Amino acid sequence: MTTPYQQQAPGAPLGTYTSPIPVRPASLGDALASEWTKIRSVRSTMWTLGVLILLVLGIGLLAAVAVNASDAHMGDTPLLSLGFYGVLLGSICVITLGVLTIASEYGTGMIRTTLTACPSRARILAAKSVVFFLLSFVIVTLCTGLVAMLQMGMVSSAEQPTGSQLFKATIGVSLYVSTLGLLSLAVGALIRHSAGAITVMIGVVLLPLVLALFMFAPSLEGVRQALFEYSIPSQLAVFYGSSVSDSGPTGWTPLLILGAVTAAALGGAFAALNSRDV
Amino acid sequence: MIELAGLTKRFGSKTAVDDLSFQVRPGVVTGFLGPNGAGKSTTMRMMLDLDNPTSGSVRIDGRHYRDLDEPLKYIGALLDAKSMHGGRSAYNNLLCLAQSNRIPERRVAEVLDTVGLTAVAKKKSKGFSLGMGQRLGIASALLGDPEILMFDEPVNGLDPEGIHWIRNLMKALAAEGRTIFVSSHLMSEMALTADHLIVIGQGRLLADTSMADFIRQNSRSFVRLRSPQWEHLLDVLARNGITVTQTADGALEVDNGRIERLGELAAQHQIVLHELSGQQASLEEAFMQMTAGSVEYHAHSDTGHGPPPAPAANWGESYRAKAQGPAGNVTAERSASDGEGV
Ligand SMILES: Nc1ncnc2c1ncn2[C@@H]1O[C@H](COP(=O)(O)OP(=O)(O)O)[C@@H](O)[C@H]1O
Ligand SMILES: [Mg+2]
Repeated sequence: MTTPYQQQAPGAPLGTYTSPIPVRPASLGDALASEWTKIRSVRSTMWTLGVLILLVLGIGLLAAVAVNASDAHMGDTPLLSLGFYGVLLGSICVITLGVLTIASEYGTGMIRTTLTACPSRARILAAKSVVFFLLSFVIVTLCTGLVAMLQMGMVSSAEQPTGSQLFKATIGVSLYVSTLGLLSLAVGALIRHSAGAITVMIGVVLLPLVLALFMFAPSLEGVRQALFEYSIPSQLAVFYGSSVSDSGPTGWTPLLILGAVTAAALGGAFAALNSRDV
Repeated sequence: MIELAGLTKRFGSKTAVDDLSFQVRPGVVTGFLGPNGAGKSTTMRMMLDLDNPTSGSVRIDGRHYRDLDEPLKYIGALLDAKSMHGGRSAYNNLLCLAQSNRIPERRVAEVLDTVGLTAVAKKKSKGFSLGMGQRLGIASALLGDPEILMFDEPVNGLDPEGIHWIRNLMKALAAEGRTIFVSSHLMSEMALTADHLIVIGQGRLLADTSMADFIRQNSRSFVRLRSPQWEHLLDVLARNGITVTQTADGALEVDNGRIERLGELAAQHQIVLHELSGQQASLEEAFMQMTAGSVEYHAHSDTGHGPPPAPAANWGESYRAKAQGPAGNVTAERSASDGEGV
């Protein structure tokens, strides 16, 4: 049995244990290293990114092969828009990874350990956002870049893209898709439930288009048009120069819109993390 | 030093922690005792800034948990619920924690070795048994080599070997001068490990005392008598104004009785005794009396505790079920000193 509390000598120094590991204020850099370890050490990252690569490369190349084989003339359709469907489907992988980056911590209980190690909610959210965004951006840029090169080499029946078109179809698309993933991360933090947050995000991507398809009434024409133009697939198409109508957002506007929504969602996620019990 | 001041937590209408104030002093093992649902885990989560208090505050060396630099180097905690990512290896689970507090990577291997998980370091923690999971949690608490360690019911669900290991680990950590704060719903477990005791019931502080004082103040002492002429003996005792209770097995018990006087009385009246022994009520009984007292106190808040009421039935049941095995030793040791030599 250990020494009873009272029997401690009155003047004896209590709690004399000092750790040999020096302490200094923790920084965002430490949190980034930690989050990088986390994201690379779970299988779901490999799965989502693996499927993403397959979809973007596979569908992009299939489209090019199909156009070549059918001898179809693409006319005004920009060559690189052949990559659109692969990226649209691939964005579901990015959404999933974004949600899992934070929601899986709630599912497993890891969040308690994470916040005990790093009590600053802002730092955790920032570190997760930066690590996820950079990883997603690099992967999507590599995929879209590779697909664009191959399509340009394979398809002869269409005009070669200009430098600006190439830039938008790679860097622009990657920024847009990664920002969509960041929005998913914020939604994951708000909902704290992986399946729920993924469902919500797929709804956000698909629902406006589906709704628009079913709005037959002439009185709803304005709403229908807006849903169409501002739906995420249509805005993604803007980066390929193949937007659905002439009146919707153009140029880099879709990225600004999505960026603003994402910033607001991240702000909400921070407020929730800061005030909620874990 | 951890200081709690008026700490209160309400979940809707349910008050889980009720105006709790106490200090966890450095260099000793402080046991945090209370029946299931008393609010121990909630208190510990508030200490770690995971739950927000409804009112009151917790200070660690004068600072709020959120203001600690690299907190794993101050406090290591083992929580009651699972708190690791099962899809990640034990090594990587610890590595990401180490990195977030700038703890050198070699510490990961060190603590895995300390808790005996080196062989499964690269295995996903999903497949770990309850005991292995508990060891991994303890490894994460030890990672920053902290001065303060908090364990929430560390022996829950462990096999005897694991329980023994954790007990010895806590003693070794305390011997190094660390502050240990450990919760349990088992008095017997606390008696084996804690120097100081904080008891709560229904979220309220019931006792903040040294283990020795707790035992002295809370255990009932009585003299036990057995006699074939027990009816005669009852008569004699009654005539001498001594109150007796009769137990189910036919023995007589005299609360706070003086063993010499009882022996002399029996001799005077030539009563044969088969047993005459001083007894102390067990620690678990003392604990049950205390928590039952808290219920009593809630009902009539104008008076003090009054005579010790009967232990709450439901509580006693669950306790007795779990108190088998090593738990019994404590009671035996403590009452032995009085029991012999008559
Ligand atoms: N998140 C929560 N929401 C609602 N009630 C809770 C929550 N956490 C704990 N409680 C309640 O608070 C009380 C104290 O629980 P807890 O701290 O887990 O007790 P202990 O750890 O002592 O067994 C219990 O009645 C429990 O039901
Ligand atoms: Mg508990």
